[in-house]
This record gives sequence, structure tokens and C-alpha cells, in this order.
Amino acid sequence: MEQETVVHNQSEKKMSLFTKDLTKQALVDAFVKLHPKYMVKNPIMFIVEIGFLITFILAFVPQVNENNGSWFNIVVSIILFITVLFANFAEAVAEGRGKAQADTLKQTKQDTIAFRLTKTGEIEEISSSQLKKGDIVVVSQGQLIPGDGEVIEGIATVDESAITGESAPVLKEAGGDFNSVTGGTKVVSDHLKVEITNQPGESFLDRMIALVEGADRQKTPNEIALNTVLISLTMVFLIVVVTLPFFTSYLNFSIDTGVLIALLVCLIPTTIGGLLSAIGIAGMDRVTRFNVVAMSGKAVESAGDINTIILDKTGTITFGNRMASEFVPVNRHNDIEVIEAAVYTSINDGTPEGRSVIELAAERNIHVPEESVKDAEVIPFKAQTRMSGLDLSNGDQYRKGAVDAIRRWVEANGGNVPVDLQQESERISKLGGTPLAVAKNNQIYGIIHLKDTVKPGMRERFDQLREMGIRTIMCTGDNPLTAATIAKEAGVDDFIAESTPEDKIEVIKREQAAGKLVAMTGDGTNDAPALAQADVGLAMNSGTTAAKEAGNMVDLDSNPTKIIEVIAIGKQLLMTRGALTTFSISNDIAKYFAIVPAMFMLAIPEMEVLNIMNLYSPTSAILSALIFNAIIIPALVPLAIKGVTYKPVSSNQLLKRNLLLYGLGGVIVPFIGIKVIDMILQVFM
Amino acid sequence: MVIAFLSVIFTLLIVGVTLKPFGLYMAHVFENHPTKLDKVFLPVEKLFYKIAGLKTEQQTWRSYVMALLLTNTVMILIVYAIFRLQGILPLNPTEITGMDPTLAFNTAISFMTNTNLQHYSGESGLSLLSQMIGILFMMFAAPATALAVAIAFIRGIGGKPIGNFFQDFVRAIVRVLLPVSILFGVIFIALGMPQTLHTIITANTLSGEEQTILRGPVGSFLSIKEFGNNGGGFYGVNSAHPFENPNGLTNLLQILLMFLLPASLPFTYGKMVGNKKQGNVLFASMATIFVLFLTISMISEFQGNPVLNETGIEHSEGSMEGKEVRLGTAQSTLYALTTTASETGAVNTMHDTLTPITGMLALGNMMLNTVFGGVGAGFMNILMYAMIAVFIAGLMVGRTPEFLGKKIEGKEMKLLALTLLIHPFLILGASAFALFTPLGSDGISNPGFHGLSQVFYEYASSAGNNGSGFEGLGDATPFWNISTGIVMYIGRYFSMVTLLAVAGSLVSKKVVPTTKGSFRTDQPLFGGILVGTIFIVGALTFFPGLVLGPVAEYLTLK
Repeated sequence: MEQETVVHNQSEKKMSLFTKDLTKQALVDAFVKLHPKYMVKNPIMFIVEIGFLITFILAFVPQVNENNGSWFNIVVSIILFITVLFANFAEAVAEGRGKAQADTLKQTKQDTIAFRLTKTGEIEEISSSQLKKGDIVVVSQGQLIPGDGEVIEGIATVDESAITGESAPVLKEAGGDFNSVTGGTKVVSDHLKVEITNQPGESFLDRMIALVEGADRQKTPNEIALNTVLISLTMVFLIVVVTLPFFTSYLNFSIDTGVLIALLVCLIPTTIGGLLSAIGIAGMDRVTRFNVVAMSGKAVESAGDINTIILDKTGTITFGNRMASEFVPVNRHNDIEVIEAAVYTSINDGTPEGRSVIELAAERNIHVPEESVKDAEVIPFKAQTRMSGLDLSNGDQYRKGAVDAIRRWVEANGGNVPVDLQQESERISKLGGTPLAVAKNNQIYGIIHLKDTVKPGMRERFDQLREMGIRTIMCTGDNPLTAATIAKEAGVDDFIAESTPEDKIEVIKREQAAGKLVAMTGDGTNDAPALAQADVGLAMNSGTTAAKEAGNMVDLDSNPTKIIEVIAIGKQLLMTRGALTTFSISNDIAKYFAIVPAMFMLAIPEMEVLNIMNLYSPTSAILSALIFNAIIIPALVPLAIKGVTYKPVSSNQLLKRNLLLYGLGGVIVPFIGIKVIDMILQVFM
Repeated sequence: MVIAFLSVIFTLLIVGVTLKPFGLYMAHVFENHPTKLDKVFLPVEKLFYKIAGLKTEQQTWRSYVMALLLTNTVMILIVYAIFRLQGILPLNPTEITGMDPTLAFNTAISFMTNTNLQHYSGESGLSLLSQMIGILFMMFAAPATALAVAIAFIRGIGGKPIGNFFQDFVRAIVRVLLPVSILFGVIFIALGMPQTLHTIITANTLSGEEQTILRGPVGSFLSIKEFGNNGGGFYGVNSAHPFENPNGLTNLLQILLMFLLPASLPFTYGKMVGNKKQGNVLFASMATIFVLFLTISMISEFQGNPVLNETGIEHSEGSMEGKEVRLGTAQSTLYALTTTASETGAVNTMHDTLTPITGMLALGNMMLNTVFGGVGAGFMNILMYAMIAVFIAGLMVGRTPEFLGKKIEGKEMKLLALTLLIHPFLILGASAFALFTPLGSDGISNPGFHGLSQVFYEYASSAGNNGSGFEGLGDATPFWNISTGIVMYIGRYFSMVTLLAVAGSLVSKKVVPTTKGSFRTDQPLFGGILVGTIFIVGALTFFPGLVLGPVAEYLTLK
């Protein structure tokens, strides 16, 4: 668990920013997007495109009263053309990354053969694309599940790696919370009878593809509001530029149309205008890359605004009753004996329980000789036997498992059940733990106390969340005493003991009534109403269809702690938008000081005083500002797509940092950039 | 010069200590708290309600706007009629004839919008009736309207019901404008201003000539002229006239009065939204800009005019062209900056003859109309900039923007964007139009860069509802009367309507609790962001124009 950045996590799929294919495709798309039909959607860049057309035409129409030759108009029109291309490119790159992911998903969505059960009970082979809602199909070992549905009969393991990237198969069975299957996933063992729940083309996979492709992308509320501001600033500068010739003509001089267009393009917020949609698409994409599918951009935006998170205790805050915390000897056996027996049962047990036994034993410095387990037979855990262990080559049998299962096994081997076993196991149960009996041959040696353990790093995370102004509420079915202990240990702000799904809705409504935005995770059908009520409802992919339908995000890895990362991504998205807007607007100061004196210098030589950057000539000054204005867009594409660095600290610290970097930086960088470009241009002029 | 600077600091200190208590008093008034003064005020207010048959129930923002627009427009019509008919109406001892239609149009709007752009000459253009009903009445009604709207706006964004226009209007007059005006009126009369209905006296001068001197109810006129940020002078030369500004003390009090309403509103606001720091930050930001502008202006004025200096004219007292010797450079500069900052428009010096840099900053004050801006209107503009600053910078803390715990979303942003547009549109658009037609450009007395400044000044003054002029402009023509009339009207009411709509939209929104993750608008850091936003989003808009006007003039003077 990283302390530094919450956003990065091992499950995030890395992808380099500019792969060759991606860049190529993005370049092609950048040209396609030049069509006015697309451009009108982005009024700021559309104005730049119009500016390009005007200067382009002016370049070939003989001009009177122009101070600059027609070559100037040609150069300006080329720079403007490139500016528009750069903006389109930024958007195309962001989209391309989504598309690349969609393509992977599409491969999963190939037509498969479905074995449909007819009314007469016979099985017919049809194409999966012909399946309708309500059809019942049979899927056997090794076959792909032809569509989204619910298991109505059977129990089987399913490989969902095509969607989740997680290679370990998951168990699916009829009834309960593990009955939903996704089309395109593979049955690894046994067979299932599945009822299809979606019409063709509306499957989860279809929707996911549409989402990551950005086909369904709609501007989010904040994006629309920001666009309004940017358009109004554009209008303001349009007024400034359009009225300027009236003032100069009163003073008996004129400014070239090309120069006026250059001024306008420099002043309107082209940087953020060109990057805004890329930021939005990339934000969604970051969520997807994190194996979370957000149903809308609005959901990601809301994630940034979350005030309260409701977390289930088990599986989210704690590992569940799975960590060995104590070895309790029974029947006059000593500590060492129990631990040694426990280590034998666990030495080949890869489950968290097994590993925790080895770790705890290692802390007590107890190991078993390696040669003793040579050629030993591993007895895996089975649902029927409810125990696991090891048969050594010397004939010794070690077992650990549920207390009653071990008891029966020992009795079957002709052993006796110690009197203090019952007493100790009850004591552990009362503490909220799980007892696991350990036996060797026909004797029970003791009990492993499996304790509900808070996941490492959770406390720090909750501290960080508190620093970000986010409250955490833990929900658990435990009794108030146990709940309080865990709550204190984990460092959550509040908890609800013996909670029911209705309690969750109550809490959400109460928080929302106080103006707060609430996030929660859930997987069961009875979580669905709360998931729907929450502002951000992260459903687990392993959960029921009802839960997935109700939430506005689905975590394909089914890791409920991810809600914290999702919030960080939401915040990062908003911050990136704000930082680049601030940067873009702050740029205007330098651009003004480059262009305004240059515009007037021919008529009013004294304006040289305002040329504080000491630019070479009026023409070079205007071109430098314009070139800077163009290249800053691709220069910021990586930032727009990756997002600005987010650290879970208080808003004031965040603001100070971002203001310094993007506000002050936005004032200073263009001064330097324009000066450097001017020095280069000087060589050619 | 040291004494001059000290006098400025002394004046500002006196202003400084009065603002906060007065702001808190206004909060008390408009939160309708019971007070001991109710015994005096309540009967007066009830009388008003009874006479006019007014109801004081809560209004929606729409009905508030309707009430505001209707009452103001009706008042404009009545006053227009009085101006036109003053020749045949009573109280016309000097037999002044009815006013020209475009001039009456301009003057009626001018006084109703708190602008007091006087295209007529005060003492000879209006009868006593016009002065008292047309002018003096409007001088109360206009600031009362603006104050009421600002208060309604504050209530709305603070999440409280908008209030009732008529009640706010009456309370503004009875509890704020009248008591202070009466108090200062008495003081001004005691300090030597005339207060009489016998207007003309004839004096025999030392050289044996006969001189006609006009008098009138100057004292009572003056206190509301300054306090209500009206600025219209009883005399044409305004507060440069010895009867309208007899001495240093009256000058100081006038400066105090100009600041009193607009600069104390941040404190009223802080109190009314339940977080005094919110107001303090706004006040500090505005005060910083004001002091910055003032300092630069003082330096510029004391350097004198380089062209005149070269001729060997003594300039140890600064650039004295167009200034009253009685008042001196420092107090005149302070007055000029105060009157433009507070959008009052009273003048004790000829703004036309300010050095270019001072002229530019005076112009800048009006173009921004936020430092501190006219009573009510200016404060609403500050809040508009605050909301825009919150919207842009607020995202940088990783939350969608909130102001006072309310989400600023698309709908509010649309209204704010429109409000942001209107000021540059009016000033730059109208200036371009005026320069385009000979009707406008013929009025310019100094061609060249200064002429451009004159035109900018006229429209900035109109749009910002200031009312002072770069007096060189020949503006008493139908073109100027009509164009500035329209600019004044739109400049006044457009933003009032849009911003009340913002308040109406915010009032019903849930308040998001402030946490460590919230964007804080009650911290000094926000003050910095606000000042930056005002400069980059507001001031830079006018940069090219200012460069061609005052800056070019400054550069070519050398």
C-alpha cells in the first residue's frame, strides 16, 4: 500500500502515452476532426479555424494598406492551422487510448456458439448474437458464456480474466449473490445453466465498449459550466479585438487583419479550449485503466466531491476472519506442539489463512525441517470436508479446519475429543474471531485463533481521507463492542454495528440531507437500493446484476477499497481541469506584452518601452506569441492525459501548490517561451 | 510633500475606522433585528408603507426584480416629465425653461441610475423644483435601490430568503440614507455651505463690477450627493466650487462619505452570511488595489507634467493644472481616486488635466467598478468576480466549485458569464461607435490619444454609473445624451437582474458543509486569487484601449 500516491496501484494497467500506432491514428483523426461539423462543438477552436480561413484567403488577395506582406498572412494561417490540428490531436490521443482498450474488449465479444435450451428441453446450437432476453443456455467446461445472465442451475468456476484481468477463476452458483455471469467469460470447471438477461447489443460488454470508446461521451456538468466561462472570455476578447480598429483609425493608423486575428487567437483561451475534452476523456480512461467502469463522466466528477464514504467492514477494511493471531493449546499440549502442527497443515496452503499461520509461527521462530515435508501429500481444502492439511511420507497426518469437522475426523481416526476444546473455541467465537482446530493423527493439539484483522495501511488511508475532508463510516453486522474495537483500530470516523441494508440507506439519506455527497460499495441484491441512492455507487463485478445496475460504477476486480482510488481520480480530473484553465488564462499577460506593443509600434514608436521582453521586431513578436500559443497545446497533452499530481492533503496545501505551479507558472512560462521562440525566429528574419 | 502624504494617510485612517462599525450597523438594519431605534424609525416606515399601500411579504427573485425595474422606470418617467415641464411648473424663480428632450432623457436616467452624469450645467439648467424633486429625490431613491438589491443578493447567496424590495428600499432610506445625510448636512452647513431657498444674491466686487452669485440648499444636497455615491453637483464645477467644498475638513468628510456605503458593504456581507472573515477578505483585496492605484497616482501627480516642467514652471507641489489651490495635489488626487473608485462622480479637480497615469487609473477604477464600486452595484460586481475566481481556481482543490457552501454550476455560470460580458461590451462597443460617427468624434476637444481617453472615460463613467467626466468632451449633444443614456441604463440594470437571478438560483441549493477539503474563500490566499482574477479577467480586457489612450499619451509626453 503506497503512502505517497493513492492513485497508483498494482492493478492499474500501464500504457505508454504515445505508442506508434496510437500516434498515427491520432494524427489521422486530427485531420478528420477539422470538418466544421466537429469543430462547432468546440467554439473556441472553431474561431481559430475561421481565423485560419480568413488569413489563408487574405494571403492570396492583394492587399492595400497592409504593413506586412502577404507572406505574413501565409505564415499566420499555417500557424493557426497547426494550432487547430494540435487541439484535435490532443482529443484524438485521449480517445485513441480508450479505443485501444475497447478493441481488446471487442476481441472478447466475438460471436460464439450458444447452446440454447428449447421449450421441449432439447439443445439447439445458435449464434450468440441471436440470443434474446429470457433464453436459457447451457455452458459446459471450456466454453465461453454467450451473454450476460444469471445462473439458474449448477455450480462452476468461471475465468473472468478477459474482463477483469484477474486470472484466478471465480465461483458461480445459482441463487445468492454469486449468480451473475458476464458474456465472454469462460467456464473452467463443471457446467452452468444460464438465463440471458439482456437483449442483443445491450450487454455489459457492449456498454463497456461504448463507454471506453467514448461513443456515448456527454459533457459533464462541470465541463459545460467551464465551457460557458471560456466562451464568455472568448466573447470578451472578440469585443476587444473587433473594437480595436475603430480606435486606431481614429488615431489615423491601421492594423493588419492578420495581426488582429493573431491577437484574438492568442487572447482567447485556446490552451484549455484545445485540451478540455481530452482532459475529460482521459479522466474516464484513467478510471477504466484502473479496472473500474464508470457509467458516466458525471459519476467520476461526483467522486471528486465525495464528503462521506460508507465502507463495509469485512473484505474492505478487514481481511475478514482470516488472520492467525494466536495459537491456543488444548489437552495439555504445549505451545510449540500446536504451532508445529499448525505449520505442517499450512506449509502448502496458499490461502491468506495458511500464510498468516506460517508468518505468525515465524514470529515465534518456529519452522519445520524441510526434508520432513519431502514427498508429502497435500490435502486441499474441500467444501465437503471443510479442512485441509498434509500427509507426511512417514505416515503422520496433519489437519486443520472447522472445529466440528476436525472433531469428526479425529473421532473417525479413533481419537478422543479434549474437554477444553469446546470451551476455548467458544471463547474465541465470542471475541468475534474464528477458531480453527489443529490435529495430528488422532489427537487435537489446539486451536488457531483467526482474527478479523484490519488491512495494513488502512489507518493511514483513513487519516489521509480525513485530511482531504472526507469522513468514513464503517458498516458491520458485528455487535457494537466488536465493531467499536475494529473501528478504533482502523481509525474510521464512525461506525454502524449490527447494520442492515436499510441502515445504509438511512445513513446515506441523512448525510445527503446535510448537503454531503456519499460514496459506497456493494455487491448484494440487498445493497442495490443503497447503491442507487448513493452519489457514487461502486458495485463489485462479482456481485449481482441488480447491484451492478444500481451503481454508477462497476469494479471489475471486485476490490471494495478501490472506492478511495476512484475518489482520488475524480479529484485529479477536476484539478487538472482547474490547473490548465488557470495556466491558460494566466498566459494572457505575457501574450499581451508581446503583441500589444508590436501592433502599435509602427504608428507610435514610443511603444518600444512596453516591449519588456525586448523582442526582435513587431513581426517576430507576433509570430512568437502565436507559435507559443500553438505548441503549448501538444506540450501540455501529457499533463492533460496523465493528470496533475494529486496528493491526499488539505485543500489549502493543494491550492498553494497548484497556484504556484499553474498560476504563477502560467504567468512566467510564456514570457520565457515567447522570448526563446523570438530568438530562434531572429535567425531567419 | 510629506505633510501632503500624511494628510492622505490620516484621511484614509479615519475612513478605515468608520467602515466596519457602519457595515455591521447595516447588517443589523437589513437582518431586521429589533433595535432601540425602532421607536423612531418604525412609525416613519409604517407611514411610508401606508401611503404607498406597500406589502412587505417575502418575494421571489423574479418579483424582486420586477418591483425594482417597475419602480425605477416609473420614477424615470416622472422625473423626465418634471424636467420637460419645469418652465411652467412652480418653484422656478430664475425662470429656467423646459429641458431639451434628449437632455431630459439623459438626466432622468442619469440620476435614477446613480450616475449623475451632468450634461446640463447644474445651477443654470434646473429650476428649484427640478433640483429638489427631480434631483434630490433621485439621489435618495437611486442608492436605496442599489443598496436593496445588493442586500437581496447577499441574502440569496447566503441561503436566506431574498426579502422584499419595498421594505429594503424604505429601510435603506429611513435607517441608512436619511439619518447620515441629515447629520452630515448639518455639519456641512456649520462648516460654511449655504442652505437657503433664496437663490440669487448680487455682490459688488472690489473692482466695482456687479456679480451674480447663485445659492441654494447646498448643504442638504451635498451630504446625499457624496453618501449616496451620486456625485451630481449643485454647481456645474461640483466640489471644486468654494460653496460646495469650502475647506479641507469638508473635503475629508466628503471622501469619508463617498467610501462609507460601498466600502463598508463587505463587512455587512460577512455578518449577514455568518462568517465575518468572508467580508474581511473581500475588503482587504479591494483596499489593496485601491492603495496600489492611489500610490501610483500620487507619484505620477507629484512628478508633474513633463512638458510644463521643461518650461521651468514650478512643480514642487505637483501637477497643479486643473486643481484647486485650496486643496492641493495630494487631496485632489485622493479625491479623484476615491470618486472613481466609489463610482460617485463628484469632482474637486478637473479629471481631464490629471496626468495620464492618474487618468488611466481613475479610468481603470470605473472600468472595473469593483474597487470598491458604486453603492451596491460595485459590491455585486466584486462577488461576481469572486464567483468566477472560485470557479476557475476552486477546481484546483479537486472539487467542483463551491461558494459559501453552494455549488456554482452551469446555470449560475451562464448568468455570471453574461454579466462579465456586459461591461466591456458597453464601454468598448459604445466608444468604437462614437469614434466611428462624426456625431461622436466631433465632441472631442483634444484630438489624439487624449481624445480617445475622453471617449473611454465618458462611457466607462456611464456604464459604471460614476458620472464624472473628462470635462473636455463636448457631450451636451443629442448623440451623447442618447448613447450615454442607454449605456447608463443597461450598465445599471442588466447586471442587477442577472446577479439577482444567480442569487435566486443559489438560494434553494443545499449547503455543502465546509471541510478540510473545501476551497476556502475566507483566507488571505483567496484574496490573492481574487485580485489576480480581477486583473487578468477584468482589467486586461481594457489593456489595448488604455495603451492607445493614456499610456500612449504618457509615452509621447516625454
